[in-house]
Amino acid sequence: MIHLEYLDRPHSVQTAPVVCMHCDSPTCAEVCPADAIKRTADGVVQAARKPRCIACNNCVLACPFGVPKMATDLELMMKCDMCYDRTSVGKKPMCATVCPSQALFYGTEDEIERLRPNSVPVNRFQFGDQTITTQVRVMAPKTPAVEYVDVTSSLNAQAIGQDIFFNILEEPFTGGK
Amino acid sequence: MALLPVDCTAILERFGPHLAYSEGLRLTTGVEPDRIVDTHCCFCGQQCGIRLKVKDNQVFGFEPREDFPFNQGMLCPKGVKRYLQGSHPDRLLSCYERDPRSPGGFRPLPYERAIERVASEIQRIQSAYGPDAFALLSGASLTNEKAYLIGKFAHMALKTANIDYNGRLCMVSAGAGNKKAFGVDRAANPWSDILKAEVIWISGANVAECAPITTNYIWQAREFGAKVIVIDPRITPIARTCDLFLPIKPGSDVALFNGVLHLMIENDWLDHEFINSHTAGFNDVAESVKAWTPEKTAAVTGVSERGIRQAAEWWGRAKTSFLMHARGIEHHSHGVQNVLGAINLVLASGRIGRPGCGYGTITGQANGQGAREHGQKCDQLPGYRELNNPAHRAEVAQVWGIDPRELPHAGADAYEIFRKIDRGEIRGLLSICFNPMVSLPDNNFIRRALDKVEFYAAVDFFLNETAHHADVVLPSALQEEDEGTVTQLEGRVIKINKAVDCPGDARPDWKIVQDLAHRLGCERGFSFQSPREIFEELRRASRGGIADYSGITYEKIEKQNGVFWPCPDEKHTGTPRLFEPGSWNPVAQGAGPFYFADGKARFNVATYTPSAETTDEDYPVILTTGRVVSQYLSGTQTRRIGPLVDQYPEPRVEMHPRLASRLGIADGDWTTVESRRGQLTLRAQVVTTIRPDTIFIPYHWAGSQSVNQLTISAQDPISRIPEFKVCAVRLRKTPSTGS
Ligand code: SF4
Ligand code: SF4
Repeated sequence: MIHLEYLDRPHSVQTAPVVCMHCDSPTCAEVCPADAIKRTADGVVQAARKPRCIACNNCVLACPFGVPKMATDLELMMKCDMCYDRTSVGKKPMCATVCPSQALFYGTEDEIERLRPNSVPVNRFQFGDQTITTQVRVMAPKTPAVEYVDVTSSLNAQAIGQDIFFNILEEPFTGGK
Repeated sequence: MALLPVDCTAILERFGPHLAYSEGLRLTTGVEPDRIVDTHCCFCGQQCGIRLKVKDNQVFGFEPREDFPFNQGMLCPKGVKRYLQGSHPDRLLSCYERDPRSPGGFRPLPYERAIERVASEIQRIQSAYGPDAFALLSGASLTNEKAYLIGKFAHMALKTANIDYNGRLCMVSAGAGNKKAFGVDRAANPWSDILKAEVIWISGANVAECAPITTNYIWQAREFGAKVIVIDPRITPIARTCDLFLPIKPGSDVALFNGVLHLMIENDWLDHEFINSHTAGFNDVAESVKAWTPEKTAAVTGVSERGIRQAAEWWGRAKTSFLMHARGIEHHSHGVQNVLGAINLVLASGRIGRPGCGYGTITGQANGQGAREHGQKCDQLPGYRELNNPAHRAEVAQVWGIDPRELPHAGADAYEIFRKIDRGEIRGLLSICFNPMVSLPDNNFIRRALDKVEFYAAVDFFLNETAHHADVVLPSALQEEDEGTVTQLEGRVIKINKAVDCPGDARPDWKIVQDLAHRLGCERGFSFQSPREIFEELRRASRGGIADYSGITYEKIEKQNGVFWPCPDEKHTGTPRLFEPGSWNPVAQGAGPFYFADGKARFNVATYTPSAETTDEDYPVILTTGRVVSQYLSGTQTRRIGPLVDQYPEPRVEMHPRLASRLGIADGDWTTVESRRGQLTLRAQVVTTIRPDTIFIPYHWAGSQSVNQLTISAQDPISRIPEFKVCAVRLRKTPSTGS
């Protein structure tokens, strides 16, 4: 269970899939009053267990990445569990298998090193004073080197990629009508 | 009599589109499938491999197919949700005939009665008005076997000149341009060559939405250091991550290509050796682009001189490259000229026929490639042969066991067929896998023409919007209910495998066509028992032709995961890359790699002419049309799949805030858009990702939501493709809520 967001549709077509980052110490589980969210030995944070989830919404509010969703009709929190049924038997999660741009990728460090020679995987996220480390990585440019993603400050950044354009507003009219 | 039998809402209520969501088996976890069928997606020309899970004659789910080399498991949302088209409540399970007294305007009809009625109407119309008075419209989502058989049925059983297919709206400009320049019409390279390119040039292709898997090829190449140049009036998702974006004024692509060639010549960024030994016609083209200075090019295209110079420099200096284009440059009244302009850049660079040196149009429909090769196009016979070529007629007539004089000559294109209906020259129509009420431009005219036709029979698996006007409807098979071959966008022939049986009275199109042929007294040549038998004849009929399939077998396709044509004999493994140095082809016979007698490619002067309808005071804004990722073509299937509809529920008018504010339109406002041909009211989407002089509306919807009420039916004089990408409109905020 993942969701897709437009970052700033009025100004960009950029979208971002919101997948569970599988935190090493998952806030969602820490705030759960019913102990419904488990982390497996291999680091996957499971979705809430149906018999235990009390639909209190704590995890939805607490997750720093905005991942869990409350299915009010089912009275159950839903979130990405890394397709545990697939990954636990050696398959890739469905999202990364089908992703047509491979923006979502599942594989080894060697594979990603070969496929993304100009980027490095990063799994430290800074929220103010708090650092969160995760099983899921995001790719960051090799140069300048980045050790962690400063989430708070990047909240104010514009959708990436806009700077490379000749301004669609002005350029078309400089030459023609 | 093709007026609607009852009010449109009554038809929609009975026949849909209704939305299918996962339920029952499809929502149950841990269901053991009866079988798993390796096949391909039913939608776009990329033909992703997919694995369908079947239980109790129902496709209840899918698995990615990581073994298929093209997509390696990747799919787009259409592929992920395609299984929801099976067991759909709207599915046609019997034949129907028009009946204003029945619910939804149609009453069920036994299959034999339906065949009987269609055949007798064909006979009545043809004996009263001549064989050409009955026309056929077919589709490029059909397998090669079906396309071949439908062409044969038209030419041999009906003996009508008037058959054409919906690739007329799709591949014909690219096809005509490729034929003129290379002598053959197929993407020149396998997509794996994209990965080795230093510069990737993308003109008029919304890659991420219309050919989603190609995104990974381009992004992967970019990871390896490629520079990506995108030319489009909108910042599409692929444009967002490119290195150079040229926001071109719709309709001016040929000017840009000429301007870039001008700079290549000026800076001597040319491969003289290649031009001298492997091409003809360079001097005339060089002369013709002299006038296209950066200044003039900028003035016509609306792209800055700086941008044009940068593109020319990157393209000019590259060692390897891949140029691709799609409907954005092809859907024009000068679509062929645009394509020729693009190919001139490739030929001048000499970067073709080698690893990492590629060119290709991005095919739209599932079988956009194969369905344009085997004789359902108005001027064509199998193997990419031509109806008006005496040698080609003789070759095919021999395979079919008829006298070549019995074959009709080239007929009317898909749009002209409707003009002929309007003029009373065509009185009867059979459509298979084609929904012109949604997909043809100026569809108010199409509706008026349909109202005039004496008899209209439609073959489809759902009651598409054109079939609302039918006298008889015959239910056909979904892609997963039959087997056959399809030729995907790289020219790779792949195999569609059957997963489930047809429900009710539905049956594969080839059976319906054969039953009609039999009832018309044509047994001979129409007694195939299976798609495999049709394919065997197609192999023979294509032997020696340009699109030579004679060495392709179902077994070879399975074994090799597809076979690229040409494949002229059983030992041949196929031809992934065309035009390799020293390669042989049946036209050049060894004289050179290109498909002309001297083996040389042709430069063609590419002439700029403005679009048929330019903006003026009354209609000051350019309208351009296209697609969204979650819908497919006329939406007959995808508007019935709930999750795809939810992703983009209805068309919106995309416009720049500068235009919107001038008109007092805010995001989400109802907006009425009007052309000289019609109007529609939709919500506005105000975004800076489009040129301020242009609006965009996607075309997948029907009726009052169809943008093709507005588009113009101007056509390219060579390819006869309609000008979907440019017409003039005006717009205003709609006072109350919209329709
Ligand atoms: S990303 Fe959110 S939902 Fe996932 S483990 Fe971390 S806190 Fe829990
Ligand atoms: S529509 Fe095209 S890209 Fe999407 S899954 Fe089907 S074949 Fe692949």
